[in-house]
Amino acid sequence: MGRYILKRIASLIASLIVASLAIFALIEVTPGDPAAFMLGLNAAPETVAALRDQLGLNEPLPLRYLHWVGGMLSGDFGLSYTYKVPVAELVGDRLKISLPLALIALALSTALALPAGLIAAARRGKAADAAVMGATQLGIAVPNFWFAMLLVLLLAVRWRLFPAGGFPGWSDPLAALRALTLPAVALALPQAAILARVLRSALIETLGQDYIRTARAKGLSRQAALTRHALRNALIPVLTILGMQFSFLLAGAIIIENVFYLPGLGRLIFQAITQRDLIVVESVVMLLVFAVIAVTFLTDLAYAAVDPRLRRPA
Amino acid sequence: MRPALVLGAALSALALVAALISLIWTPYDVTALQIGARLQPPSEAHWLGTDHFGRDILSMIMAGARTSLAVALVAVGIGMGLGVPLGLAAAAHRGRWLDEAIMRGNDLIFAFPSLVIAILITAVFGPSALNAIIAIGIFNIPVFARVARAGALSLWTLDYIRAARVAGKHRTRISVEHILPNIANLLIVQGTIQFSLGILAEAGLSYVGLGAQPPTPSWGRMLAEAQTMVVMAPHVALFPGLAIVATVLGLNLLGDGLRDALDPRLRGRVA
Repeated sequence: MGRYILKRIASLIASLIVASLAIFALIEVTPGDPAAFMLGLNAAPETVAALRDQLGLNEPLPLRYLHWVGGMLSGDFGLSYTYKVPVAELVGDRLKISLPLALIALALSTALALPAGLIAAARRGKAADAAVMGATQLGIAVPNFWFAMLLVLLLAVRWRLFPAGGFPGWSDPLAALRALTLPAVALALPQAAILARVLRSALIETLGQDYIRTARAKGLSRQAALTRHALRNALIPVLTILGMQFSFLLAGAIIIENVFYLPGLGRLIFQAITQRDLIVVESVVMLLVFAVIAVTFLTDLAYAAVDPRLRRPA
Repeated sequence: MRPALVLGAALSALALVAALISLIWTPYDVTALQIGARLQPPSEAHWLGTDHFGRDILSMIMAGARTSLAVALVAVGIGMGLGVPLGLAAAAHRGRWLDEAIMRGNDLIFAFPSLVIAILITAVFGPSALNAIIAIGIFNIPVFARVARAGALSLWTLDYIRAARVAGKHRTRISVEHILPNIANLLIVQGTIQFSLGILAEAGLSYVGLGAQPPTPSWGRMLAEAQTMVVMAPHVALFPGLAIVATVLGLNLLGDGLRDALDPRLRGRVA
């Protein structure tokens, strides 16, 4: 296990280095001068020169990369050009919305998918299975931002159960949760549909195994064999999907935040793009990629801890 | 015939036909603004109503189908064109450095969700349909590489492939002549799935303004524009969304149906 972890850590670090190089390179190929790009067409040459100096653009390329990476490692993500505040501060503020949103959505999608997948697998080929499969097929096809608009129309505008958008801050936790409910539901639904389908097919696969037949032969009821033996083994692929879904959840949150005018990371990125604040874009994207790579890494470890066969090289 | 496959094929064909017809004819000109006829509910003159500029929504949806299908199709083409050769090469050199390098590269691209790639590209080059295609296409590469590699790996253990190898055929020739035709089914099914995902991704990108720019009609941007007037005129938001759902649902059903039809062993399995 130790060797496996070491190998995974080495590949984690390699991925992060390559990812940071890719992001850095892409920002570097910005047509023309980044400082001029950020300031727009009408900037005075002195302003551009000053910004170039401030951004360290006069340094050689490798040194700039090292400064950027070194800064991030010590928690310094640079200074936002438009907000005039450290990017780390901006991101920390926005994470207070984006992170709870993603976590609530993750919990919600799991809570929906688990029973749905179990029922469909237990009642395979019956009406309940067909209903779950039909619903998930629809759930996968519905764009989450459109679903979000329908939710607003019905639950916020017509029945006034939830706010249609905005965020009141965490000082009133109940109001904050109410503001995050509709976005989380919109985000969770397509993920739940995917998860339920994966769980169902994983369960059906394990239900065909010999040890399930043995469990049934020694007198376990169908229900007990399903929940005690099949579910546990079927959870392994589900775990992987859950880890992979994190990146989709992050990406989805970026869009959903724009539907509900939630001042999270997603809004921050779009504002940064329209304001040409490349420092914010660069650092936030790197942070998102880091989060995805780290979650994948943790999923791999959890996976290996559950299933010893995976520690051996393929 | 299975009903799901028929329904899937019908819905997919509907989107395709709408897109093709829009090339030569739409009920109304999608660029003509008629402020006097704005936000009209569905009527005999405008089957799906009009938007806030008085444009005919049915015409916009037909022209939007063109954008959606074109973006997703080219993105799938990029993914297949680059991903399949990479996957085949990785399988042909299983366990060696080339395989390792290709698979690690794959993992890396997976770490950038397509929206994040799109954001990066847009931040640097500005928003356009082309950048949306690139962003979605790049994300498709590792998907096809994985499918191709997984399919090819099992084939490489078969006797007739070994025989070809013993006979002196080069790995590349074996990959092209024997492996590729045998994984074509897998690739077609995956292609359908990526196609539907591409349509969703394009809609999402256009919705946040990173996709096709005006005046190119696009389902995602129709929804973005509808958002502010959804309370006054729900139909403006309803129909473009339904178009996306119908097309994506159709392609998914088609993909599932094709998989079952092409591989009897998988009959009855999903996901």
